[in-house]
Formats: sequence, C-alpha cells, structure tokens
Amino acid sequence: MKTVISRSQVKGDFVNKVAEISGENFFDCYQCGNCSAGCPSVDEMDLLPSQVVRYLQLGLEEEVKNCKSMWVCAACMMCHARCPKGVDISKIMESLRVLRLREVGAEAHIDVTDFSEEYLARAPQIAMISGYRKFLPL
Amino acid sequence: MKYPYFPGCTLYTKAKKLDDAGRECSLKLGFELEELPDWTCCGATFPLVNDQHITMSGPTRILADTKDQGNDKLVTLCSVCFNVLKRTNNVMLNDEERRAKITDFIERDYHGEVEVLHYLQLLRDEIGFETLKEKVVKPLTGLKVACYYGCLLLRPVKEIGLDVMENPTIFEDFIRALGGEPVEFPYKVECCGAFQAVHSMDTATRCSRDILRSAKNNGADVVITTCPLCQFNLDDRQPEIQKSDTAFSSIPVVYFTQLLALALDLSADDLGFERNLIDPLPLLKEKGIVA
Repeated sequence: MKTVISRSQVKGDFVNKVAEISGENFFDCYQCGNCSAGCPSVDEMDLLPSQVVRYLQLGLEEEVKNCKSMWVCAACMMCHARCPKGVDISKIMESLRVLRLREVGAEAHIDVTDFSEEYLARAPQIAMISGYRKFLPL
Repeated sequence: MKYPYFPGCTLYTKAKKLDDAGRECSLKLGFELEELPDWTCCGATFPLVNDQHITMSGPTRILADTKDQGNDKLVTLCSVCFNVLKRTNNVMLNDEERRAKITDFIERDYHGEVEVLHYLQLLRDEIGFETLKEKVVKPLTGLKVACYYGCLLLRPVKEIGLDVMENPTIFEDFIRALGGEPVEFPYKVECCGAFQAVHSMDTATRCSRDILRSAKNNGADVVITTCPLCQFNLDDRQPEIQKSDTAFSSIPVVYFTQLLALALDLSADDLGFERNLIDPLPLLKEKGIVA
C-alpha cells in the first residue's frame, strides 16, 4: 500500500478538530505500545490504539475516519492509565466516534430490534443508555 | 448519621438488590441513606469530548439539588453513577468556562461544593473497616472472593481518587473485614466490555471470559462487583463462554452489598439472588454462610 504523507494532511482540519475536541496532543505519543498491550478490545479492532494515534500524527484522515476500532472501544481508560505520556486515547476514540455521528445522515450503530426481548429484559438500563449515547447519531 | 443518597435508574429496577442490601446494611451499621428527592438519571456516560456539555446538565442538576438541600456529600452505590457524578463535579470545581456554560443553561448556581462518595469509600473513611469488622455477626469464613473493580470505580485515577490504579486494595480490605478471604487475580481492574454488551457482544464475552477465568484460576468461589453493568456482563455471558470453552465452569457474580448483608445476618431470602443467572445459593449453603 502506498501511503502519502503531506503537510496539508498533518496540519489538516480533521486532525486539528480531533485534537481540539479530545484535548489530547498526539505528538506526545512515542509509540511504546502500552495502550495496545492493555486494551481489552484489540481482538475486534482493525487498527491498534497506538496505530490510531500514529495515523493521526501522520494525518491519515481517511484511514482513521473509517476504522472499526473507535466503535469497539469500551472507554475503559486502561490506555490512559498505562500511557507513560498521559495520552487519553479513550478521548481520541470518542472524538472520532462523535465526529462520525455528527455527520449529516449519520447511521445508527445499534438497533434495539437486534436484541431479543429476553436479553433486553435482563440488560441493565445503564447498558442501554450508554449504548445509545455512544452509537446513535447526535 | 444521615447521608444523602443517589440510587440511580438501574438500582431502582434491575439492580434493586444492590440498592436494598445497601440501605438495609447502613441501618445495621448505624447510618442512614436518605434518598435525594426528585432525582433524575445521571446519564450513564461522562462526555469524553470537550465540546459536549449537554450530557453534564443532568448530573449537575443532581449535585446542585444536593447542595441546595443543605448537604455537602452525596453517596452512590453504582460505579457508573459514581464516575459520572464525580467527574462532573470535578468539571464544576476546576473548569470555569464549562461550569459557566452548564450552570447558565440549567439556571443553577453550583461550583462543585458537594463531595461525591462511593458507599465503599464511606465504609472505609467514615465508618472504618475496623468498626465494620466489629459489627459482623456471621463472618464469611472460608469464602474465597475475587474482588472485581472494573473501570469506572477507579479510572481516571487522578479524578476519581478512590484507590491506586494497578493494585487497589479497598475491596479486599472490605472482604477481610467481613471475615472472607480475598484472592489476588491479575484481571481485577480490567474491563468487562461495558456498553459493548449492546454493540459488540464478542468483546463483552471475551472480556468477561478472561476476567472469570483469571478469578477461577486463582481459586475464587465467587466474584463481587459494585457495578450493575459488570454484574450483568460477567453473569449473563457465562452460557456463551461455555459454548466455546467446554472446560469453563460457572462462577456466581454477586454485588458487594449482598455479601455485606449476609455478614450482617440479613436474610438471604430478601437479597434477590433469584435474579442471578448463576445461582450463588448452592455455594453459600456449602460454605455454611446461608442455612
């Protein structure tokens, strides 16, 4: 795969927006990989948490925008707890999610009809409320 | 001594047993949880982006109500409510710009005056585990307990401040006070998959499997938690785990207040164990904790 890195992308609007609303500085990260080693969701991710940060450093907007990783992040904050530089990747993942969910015509990422009545009868309200807040268009 | 108390939505319904046992036990321990009047849901998520303020209006209103009723503390039992209220309060204390936006919007005057306490913190810091130990009527002798913290009770550590991140001990100290035997297991602060239970079931199943395996491999008879979502994932995922791992044997997952209630000699009939998918009663009977 040919990867083009350009100054306009590295300094681009998308990357700046993610930095602004997450409040995180991607350039603090020196790619030690502690976040990816401790992340409980990596099995379902296409980009490791450390790769998401690396791609943001390089301004690879399309790759990051379309990654699956942001949707399977459980916001457990283990990445932040173990980062030697204090980068909070759960905030970065949430920023990527909300930017997608704020797009005109954004799709819902959960559908309550996918779950059986039995499951919904047992699932606690906090699961549904937080699920709606993380996965429905804003 | 009365403490203002915020139950939260799930503790009023599906996790009623966490709430009931917590309230009953408080009376036995010499304090009372006084439910905040007219409370609303905390929102169940703290916004992790800096430009989203609306989701903090609910928890801010709850905190402002607490203050306006003359209180300087608010107790919660649910880890999610605790995390949301505590982090919102930190914003109210430390972030002038966001505080102004939110308090202007809800037309309330609030500057973070209320201290948000988890019930475990109340037992440790205000009642004292030594006093708790003295009040125990039926010690949990011989019961090996995996104390599962999960995420929201601890993280982010600098903001929550309940205990240290990698090897917290408050839960183990609590179980020791009840006469039980806490087991060390390396997954005690890992995530159960949280809200991925309504999105990526595979994540919730795998995370729960790793935690439960770790607890069992270290000799635990039972897992305890403070969080209704952790309890749900760890309990309800077990049949699914068994499908892919036939060697996996089930383990009950109960709320910490349920074990507290048993140690304080409250009847097991009132503790709602029938809602558990993996029934803890055979184990508790075998250990002589329940007759």
